[in-house]
Amino acid sequence: MIFFLQMLVTGIVVGSIYGLVALGFVLIYRASGALNLANGEFVIIGPYICLILMTAYKIPFIFALFITLIFSAILGLTVERLVIRPLQNAPVVSVIMATIGLSSLLGGAVHMIWGHQTRTFPQVFPPTPINISGIIITPVYLWSFVVVIVILILFSIFFKFSKMGIAMRAVADDRHAALSMGISVKYVYAATWTIAAVVAAIGGVLLGNINGLSPTMAAIGLTVLPVVILGGLDSVLGAIVGGFIIGILQNLAGGYLDPLIGGGLKDVIPFIVVLIILMLKPYGLFGSRTIERV
Amino acid sequence: MRNLFVRETGNYKTTYSNDMKMFGTTGAKIKALLIVIVVLSVPLYVTNYWIGLLTLCAISAVGAIGLNILTGLTGQISIGVGAFLGVGGYTSAILTSTYGLSFWISLPIAGIVTALIGGVFGIPALRLKGLYLAIATLAAQVIILFVISRWDSLTGGTAGMVLGRPTIGEYSLSSNTGYYYLCTIILLLTVMYATNLIRTRTGRAFLAVRDRDIAAQIMGINLFKYKVMAFAISSFFVGIAGALLAHYTMIVSPELYSFHVSIEYLAMILIGGLGSVFGSILGAAFITLLPVSLGSLIDVMAGFMPELYQLFSALKDFVFGAVIILFLIFEPGGLAHIWLNIKKYFKLWPFSY
Repeated sequence: MIFFLQMLVTGIVVGSIYGLVALGFVLIYRASGALNLANGEFVIIGPYICLILMTAYKIPFIFALFITLIFSAILGLTVERLVIRPLQNAPVVSVIMATIGLSSLLGGAVHMIWGHQTRTFPQVFPPTPINISGIIITPVYLWSFVVVIVILILFSIFFKFSKMGIAMRAVADDRHAALSMGISVKYVYAATWTIAAVVAAIGGVLLGNINGLSPTMAAIGLTVLPVVILGGLDSVLGAIVGGFIIGILQNLAGGYLDPLIGGGLKDVIPFIVVLIILMLKPYGLFGSRTIERV
Repeated sequence: MRNLFVRETGNYKTTYSNDMKMFGTTGAKIKALLIVIVVLSVPLYVTNYWIGLLTLCAISAVGAIGLNILTGLTGQISIGVGAFLGVGGYTSAILTSTYGLSFWISLPIAGIVTALIGGVFGIPALRLKGLYLAIATLAAQVIILFVISRWDSLTGGTAGMVLGRPTIGEYSLSSNTGYYYLCTIILLLTVMYATNLIRTRTGRAFLAVRDRDIAAQIMGINLFKYKVMAFAISSFFVGIAGALLAHYTMIVSPELYSFHVSIEYLAMILIGGLGSVFGSILGAAFITLLPVSLGSLIDVMAGFMPELYQLFSALKDFVFGAVIILFLIFEPGGLAHIWLNIKKYFKLWPFSY
C-alpha cells in the first residue's frame, strides 16, 4: 500500500510539472492553432540561464529567476516575430515543421553554448525530505506542486477577468471576428508566445531543481504531447488534469509493469494512451469539439 | 535563334491517351534517357567516397518519395517515418540473417510488411486531421521503436543485428559501386511509379483528399480506402528504403531510427517541395549532403578554431533547424520551385515575362 501511495504521490508531482509544460502548448494552440514542438527547448533554456546567473554571478535565486523570466519573455517574443508571424497563413504542416526546425536550432545552440554534461542546481529548496506517514516527499516536489496550482489559479483568473485574457480567448475562438472587433491579433500572438515561454521556463527551473540540467531534458517537449491530447488541445484545465493523469499512469506503470517486461514502458505508456484517446475521443477530456460543416 | 531550353511550346494534346503519355515529346524521351545514362555512368568518374554518398542520397530519395506520396499528395502528415524505416530494415535483417532468405525475396517482403503496418497506423487518419494525425504518427513511432527494442528474441533488442550485402549468384554487391547501381535502379523504378501514380485515378483521388477530404467523399471517393492506401503505398517505399539502408550500413539498431530521422525525412520533402517527385530527390540529396558539406567547412575552419570539432553535432542541429525555418519562410515551394524558377528564367530569356 505504501508503495502504491508513494507511486501515486510521485506521479502527482511529476504530473504537475507535465501540466505546467503542457500549459505552454495549450496557450499557443489556443491562440494561433499551432503546436509548438520547440516547447522542450523553451523549457531547458530558462533553467540554464538561471543556473549561470546563480553560479557564475552569485545572484540569489529569486532575482536570478526574475531575470530568467524576463529573458524567456524576450525569447518568446523574438521567436514569434521572426518565425511564427511570417508563417501566419501557411498550412499546418509548415508551422509544425517550423517549430521542429526551431527546436533543432535552439537545441543545437544550447549544446554549443553549454555543452552536454549534466549540471546540478545549487541548493535552492531544503534537502531534507518530509515524511508523511511513510510516504516520502522532498520539498522540491512539494514546491512544484504548489507553484503549479498557483499558476493554474492565476491563469483561470487571467482568462476570465483581464482584458488581455479575454482578447486571447476571442482570438482563439475566431480570429477574423476578433480582428473586426478591434483586437490586435498580432499583439495577442506576441503576448501568447511570451507567456508560453515564461511558463515553460518556470517548469524548466522546477524540473532542473529536481533532476539536474542537461540538454536531453528537452525530450519533455515530446513527452508532454500525450498530456495535451488527453486533456484536450485547447483546454487549460485539461492540460493540468491530463498532466496529473499521465504522471500517475506513468509512475504506476513504471512501478508495477516495468519489472515484468524489463523496463522502458514508462516512456511509452503515454503514447499508448494517446493512441487510445485519439481513437475513442479525439478531442480529449476537456477539449472543445470542432464541428465541420460542408 | 530557337531557344534551346524550350521543348514544348504549348499544349497540343487532343486525345486522352496522348495526355496520359509519360514522355510527351521526343525531347522528353531524350532527356529521360540522358538522365539515366548520366546516373548510371557516375561511378566511372567520381571517387569511392562520393559513390557512397550518392548511394545514401538515392536511398533517402526512395524514402522521401514515399513520404511525399503521403504528405505531399494526400496531405496526411506523418512524423513516424523513422520507425517505418526501422520496420523495413528489421524485416529484411530478420529474413536474411535469421531465416537465411535471399535479399531479393526479403526486399519486397520488407516493403509489404511495412506497408501493412503503415496501413494499420493509417486507420486513425480517417478520424484525425492535421495536428492530431501528426501526434498519432508520433505515437506510432514511439510504440514501434519500443516493440523493436523490447522484442529481444526476434530483433536482438538494443544491441541490434548485423546483416550482409546482397549477392547476385556468385557476385556480391559488396563494393560501393555495385550497391550504387542497385539503389539507383530502385530509385528510377520508384520515380517512374510515383510520376505515374500522380496521373492515375488513385493519384487524383489522393489529390482530392488532400485539397478537401469531405468534398472528395461527396464526389464518390472512398476516404477510408484511399487514406489507408496512401499510408500503405507510402510505407511500402519507406520500407524498401529502410531495407536498402540496412543492407548498406550492414547493421540495424533501434537508435538508427529515432525521432530525428523522421524529422530529417519531413525536412527532405519540405525543402525539396511538397508533392513533387523531383523535389523529393533534390531534398533528399540536400539533407544527406548538408552534414557532409558542413563537415568539410569545419575542416577548413578548424585551422583557426580547433574547438569546432567538438561542436560539430550541435552545429549540425543548429544549421539543420535554421535551414528548415529559412526555407519555410522564404521558399515554401522548396527546391523544386527554385528549379522551376530557374528554368522559367531561361525559357523566357531575354524577356522576363
